[in-house]
Amino acid sequence: MGKYILRRFAGIIPLLFGISLLSFAVINLAPGKPGALENSLNPRISARALERLEKLYELDKPVYERYWHWLKRTAVLDFGRSFSDNRPVIEKIAERLPVTITINLLSLFLIFAAAIPLGVRCALKPDGMLDKVMTAVMFFLFAIPTFWLALLLMNFFGINLRWLPVSGITSLDYEYLSPAGKAVDIFRHLFLPVTVSSLGGIAAMARYMRSSMIEALAQPYIRMARAKGLTERSVLYKHAFRNAVMPLITIMGLSLPGLVGGSVIFESVFAIPGAGRLFYEAVMMRDYPLIMAEVVIVSLLTMTANLLADLSYAWIDPRLRDKR
Amino acid sequence: MKEGFTGVSGPLLSVRDLSVTFGRGAGEVAAARGVSFDIGRGETLVMAGESGSGKTVTSLAICGLLPEGAASVSGSALFYGEELIGMPEERLRTFRGGRIAYIFQEPSSFLNPVYSIGEQIAEAVRLHRGAGRAAALRETVKLLEMSGISDAQRAARSYPHQLSGGMNQRAAISMALACKPELLVADEPTTSLDMTTEAEIIGLLMRLKQEMRFSLLFITHNLAIAERIADKVAVMFKGELVENRKKDELFACPEHAHTRELLAAYEKVGRF
Repeated sequence: MGKYILRRFAGIIPLLFGISLLSFAVINLAPGKPGALENSLNPRISARALERLEKLYELDKPVYERYWHWLKRTAVLDFGRSFSDNRPVIEKIAERLPVTITINLLSLFLIFAAAIPLGVRCALKPDGMLDKVMTAVMFFLFAIPTFWLALLLMNFFGINLRWLPVSGITSLDYEYLSPAGKAVDIFRHLFLPVTVSSLGGIAAMARYMRSSMIEALAQPYIRMARAKGLTERSVLYKHAFRNAVMPLITIMGLSLPGLVGGSVIFESVFAIPGAGRLFYEAVMMRDYPLIMAEVVIVSLLTMTANLLADLSYAWIDPRLRDKR
Repeated sequence: MKEGFTGVSGPLLSVRDLSVTFGRGAGEVAAARGVSFDIGRGETLVMAGESGSGKTVTSLAICGLLPEGAASVSGSALFYGEELIGMPEERLRTFRGGRIAYIFQEPSSFLNPVYSIGEQIAEAVRLHRGAGRAAALRETVKLLEMSGISDAQRAARSYPHQLSGGMNQRAAISMALACKPELLVADEPTTSLDMTTEAEIIGLLMRLKQEMRFSLLFITHNLAIAERIADKVAVMFKGELVENRKKDELFACPEHAHTRELLAAYEKVGRF
């Protein structure tokens, strides 16, 4: 098992290399250069100044050479300084990442907590009343564009009802609130973003849970569990559930990048100062060092989470433990 | 024998006019029609018949193990004078595994792949005997040894995929007998095993039956087994029980045409 984990970690390195190479190529192929916006709006900028700027950002060198420099620096964990404000990139990301991770973890938790009981309920009586209603609701949620739903909900809860704040993660008077008041304030701010970013996941996961549970309930060992005289609860949540939940973990692992990518949209819509919005801004400014650092760190996090998903898979299913 | 019931006379299980149908309306299919039989205390009834003749369905209907909603069951099954058909789930559960135990055909798929053998047996012990974790585990090892598994400690820690079909069936037998049932229903328990293992498992069942004095309902399509272990043989054909007599009588002069067919096929293959 220890060997397996090491091997998987070793596998992350070439993958990370490939991701960084591709990203570097893509951002350099994209039209526009760092500072292009400011410079082209300035009619009095001289050719010499432009040249000096290019030299400063090393833009006069060929792409492969710049990638090589970037790689050498990154190998010793030096991500460089941001083009836009000259602050260390790692510092900028460190202030933004916790918010993004918190929202994603809360979403993940909400997805599992809602989708599993829903899916199990539906599986108990396939094509029953509840199942039919849930199927309709699920497909609706799955099909709806979430950023649009987010705007509607912001309008309804934030503007019409005035129940929830519509942007940011803290109120203006945050500093003056009691600790409990601070917690409530953050909760109120995170409520909509977390809910909206979970809805699509809940819909998909509940469907997977339903079909996976139906399949597990048809297995011979379920008849055996009933023949033993176990309660229906035990049969469902001990014997069927553990077998049914495995495909879900795989799907969860696979959908992680989507969740992280979704952060870019949600944080922009809800004006949350997270790593997603930082990334969006970096791309708009063509802030190469910041873009690259974000790509590497987010990829690393996603791959680690994927590895964790695979490991928990082996923990749940003894048949996989032996194969390694 | 459980206390309080020893005074009751008559058969242990008395099934009368048991019918099972699947589906409704035009799609209705009768899997068993008007099946009646008795099993006395300590008796072995072998239920024989080709596949699809309704043997398994009949045996599952007794304990309400058919899929809810899909099957409708009518008739009567008295166990120690108590009606099992239509008994509320909650009460029926105390019979299942506790007083009527089951083993099935493919032990490897009837054991849950994600729990260890020991865990699955201990679960039954805890459930019906109210034993604590440690006591249940000790009992589990004892049960596995009783079923002829030499390294019982290791077997208890193993998962079904790590053991052979024969070993798994021994484990399933341990699980079924964990609560000293009065009736064991064995649904083709040796069909998926090779012949040597089959003989071993049948020998084991016979030995345990002697020791623990349970009644046995053994379902098979193999008349050789019937000849070896049965007190009585019941033959099922297309959902009906067509013949139910003492073994010697049935083998000497079969009455129903289908019984004669089965016997003829068996003569061709040869006896033990």
